[in-house]
Amino acid sequence: MLFLALVVFLCALRAPQIAAAEPEPAVVAPDSPAVPADPAAAVQALASGGLSANAQLVRQISDAGAPWARSVLQGLLDGTLQTRRADGRVVLANVSGDAFELTDPVTGEALGQASHADLKRIPINNTLRTQLNGLIARLSLADPDPRQRRAAVRALFETLDAGSADLLRKRRPLENDSGVRAAIDIALALSDLATGEDSVRIAAARKLATSVEPVVRVRLGAVADDATQVQEVRDEARRALARSEARVSLYRGAEMAFFGLSLGSVLLLAAIGLAITFGVMGVINMAHGEFLMLGAYTAFVVQQWVPVDWSLPVAIPLAFVVAGAAGVLLERCLIRFLYGRPLETLLATFGVSLILQQLVRSVFSPLNRQVATPSWMSGSVEINPALSLTLNRLYIVVFSVMVFVALQAVLRFTRFGLELRAVSQNRAMARALGVRSARVDALTFGLGAGIAGVGGVALSQLTNVGPNLGQAYIVDAFLVVVFGGVGNLWGTFTAALTLGVANKLMEPVVGAVLAKILVLVFIILFIQRRPRGLFPQRGRAVEA
Amino acid sequence: MGLPTWRQEPGGFALLVVLAIVAVLVPLLNLALPVDSALHVPNYTVTLLGKYLCYALAAVALDLVWGYCGILSLGHGAFFALGGYAMGMYLMRQIGERGVYGNALLPDFMVFLNWQELPWYWQGFNHFPFALLMVVLVPGALAFAFGYLAFRSRVSGVYLSIITQALTFALMLAFFRNDMGFGGNNGLTDFKELLGFDLQAPTTRAGLFVASALALAGGYLLARAVVRSRAGHVLIAVRDAESRSRFLGYRVEHYKLAVFVLSAVLTGIAGALYVPQVGIINPGEFAPLNSIEMVVWVALGGRGTLYGAALGAGVVNYLKTVLTGALPEVWLFFLGGLFMLVTVALPLGLVGLRARRRSVA
Repeated sequence: MLFLALVVFLCALRAPQIAAAEPEPAVVAPDSPAVPADPAAAVQALASGGLSANAQLVRQISDAGAPWARSVLQGLLDGTLQTRRADGRVVLANVSGDAFELTDPVTGEALGQASHADLKRIPINNTLRTQLNGLIARLSLADPDPRQRRAAVRALFETLDAGSADLLRKRRPLENDSGVRAAIDIALALSDLATGEDSVRIAAARKLATSVEPVVRVRLGAVADDATQVQEVRDEARRALARSEARVSLYRGAEMAFFGLSLGSVLLLAAIGLAITFGVMGVINMAHGEFLMLGAYTAFVVQQWVPVDWSLPVAIPLAFVVAGAAGVLLERCLIRFLYGRPLETLLATFGVSLILQQLVRSVFSPLNRQVATPSWMSGSVEINPALSLTLNRLYIVVFSVMVFVALQAVLRFTRFGLELRAVSQNRAMARALGVRSARVDALTFGLGAGIAGVGGVALSQLTNVGPNLGQAYIVDAFLVVVFGGVGNLWGTFTAALTLGVANKLMEPVVGAVLAKILVLVFIILFIQRRPRGLFPQRGRAVEA
Repeated sequence: MGLPTWRQEPGGFALLVVLAIVAVLVPLLNLALPVDSALHVPNYTVTLLGKYLCYALAAVALDLVWGYCGILSLGHGAFFALGGYAMGMYLMRQIGERGVYGNALLPDFMVFLNWQELPWYWQGFNHFPFALLMVVLVPGALAFAFGYLAFRSRVSGVYLSIITQALTFALMLAFFRNDMGFGGNNGLTDFKELLGFDLQAPTTRAGLFVASALALAGGYLLARAVVRSRAGHVLIAVRDAESRSRFLGYRVEHYKLAVFVLSAVLTGIAGALYVPQVGIINPGEFAPLNSIEMVVWVALGGRGTLYGAALGAGVVNYLKTVLTGALPEVWLFFLGGLFMLVTVALPLGLVGLRARRRSVA
């Protein structure tokens, strides 16, 4: 449960930032107040100014501080500020269908539509782009949204000069958001590091040591290597750099651990159904991977009919039903003839997996299919500049835990769960007490297959969906179950997350393929040491 | 032993007779008759049949461990591929200066990767006897190490099957890596000659065919001798009642390990004969599916008979050749159906059909 707590904690920490960060569309308030003649004229002058003159003009527009200034500058940066060829008037052109919707950049007055050929973009270059970024950031410092303000301060890191440092210093006491204040402190420290007295520089370097901003490390590195600086300053910068880098690598490690958790939850979803059919019923189902594949294809088919944002709530129960029904069918038609002959079961279900793969290949084409990600699952949660967690992985971690908890609940609190446990512990006694064991077998198998189907929906959000999807996970899933200890769902849970994290932590060191090989070799050796897995069953159940 | 036992086992006798006839007739019809003759066997067919013979040898080896000792290995493809790689390395070194880059020492893919010298594990492979030694030693050593660990800790049944599959899967991933020094994805190919004989020449191909037939006959006789010996009876006892055999005082692990290593060596030899005939070895040979296909050969032919395994390998691969040529979509349906059919309806395989009819009559 520790890791569930971690997830909740991470979500709570940065909840307001969950939405994807997109640039604000440049919208001009329709009721703009009266405009000073000069800056408005400057906007029109941009059309004919040329690059160097425009550098002056944008500063003038910014300094005037009109409410429309930010949208004009943003438009210039994004290329939506264009010139109408017919009369040379500067307009904001926003795409609407095939044409552009024109508005006056100053008054916001609608100017009708125009086609691409009617308009001419006002050119900018990299110097101007950098300048624009800085100016827009300064104008955004008063934005009501703290996220915007913080982004604005961070945008200023690159283009800090005495003017913007002063601006930030004035802004600092007015600021009530702690995150923005921290960003301003870093900006001021960066400014001090560049321009202050030696003692101020040393203090600034000390302050910067706690930051993980990439810019900070670049600046500290520059100071540390700068031979014209006093030795004490350079030493302090070097120390600060080392501390900052240590912090960054810590966060990198945390990010890798998160990737590992998400890989582990994928393994968990793939293995948990297997833990039931293999662990509880003792049936080796090599077609288990194909149930994952069926679930993933269900998600694909559902998306052909249902809007993407709503497809997953539909696909998840449907995938459970589809894969579960396939599982019940398989158990009734094939597996029940093979109970007690594990090797034969293995071969027969392998045949089923080949047939299901070829079936999907014939019906859907052998090519991979793309399952779209709903908008509420795309984007990422940014914890800090060095650590951001992608939302789809976060959701999958949470989802797999939910599935696990739901499964435990079914096993523990329902009549069916009770019968399932009874049959798996002592079939003869359960039958004597009136449990219809054949029905329980079929339903148990269906449950395992259905969970695999649900896992397939989750997988479809991470990888492309193809006929070989199941193959990619079946070996891993078996190893997870065996590693965790057969017949033990908590063992499967621990094993999946352990292997996922171990795999991802090794990846940066030895590379992805070698990491995978090492994990396989580790499990092979581990099984030699403890043939019954991490958490072996004890007592009479072992002999059954 | 001796002659009378052949009467009890007409299938095995038939296998040897068929092998003897084929080993003489096929090269003769291929080499002696003109190409336009009706009875001429095309070069393509010689190679194809040679391939089947190698598969049959691997199947006999697998039957030895599965049919007689109950060890279902889903990783025998790994031994096959390792034997093949050992042979491929020899053939690679024989290319010499005739490679695309004309480097006398380094194979093309190493030149391509900018390697300056031959890795230590490639040393010696220019000598044929050394390569042959490796064909036997590498699969044998892997089987010994793996089997020693697995059997000592009594990993058996399904667990063993799954970790053998993991073993071949891990090897596949490893051999796909370029820096392993085995040609990565492309594997080893573009071979020129074996012991100075041009690999493209019909005479060389006929020679390899005969060698494969002899290897299969030899492998079969060896496996048969093993299962008919006293040790073979212990193997069967282990298969049917492992714990009881242990309680009777047999060192079960030793028997299992010995037969597993022997089987791996035979499979490696099959792989080594296979590579010069098909002209390529790549990491795809390690794919778990290949190993599982081997199991279905044995299961279809009839496990625990040895000659049934050879028969199954021939039948399944012939069907595969026909079906993948005519209806590629159908092959996997067919193979999958075969798995289900064999396990549910034909537990004794094709050989069992005959035995069953006799027992009914």
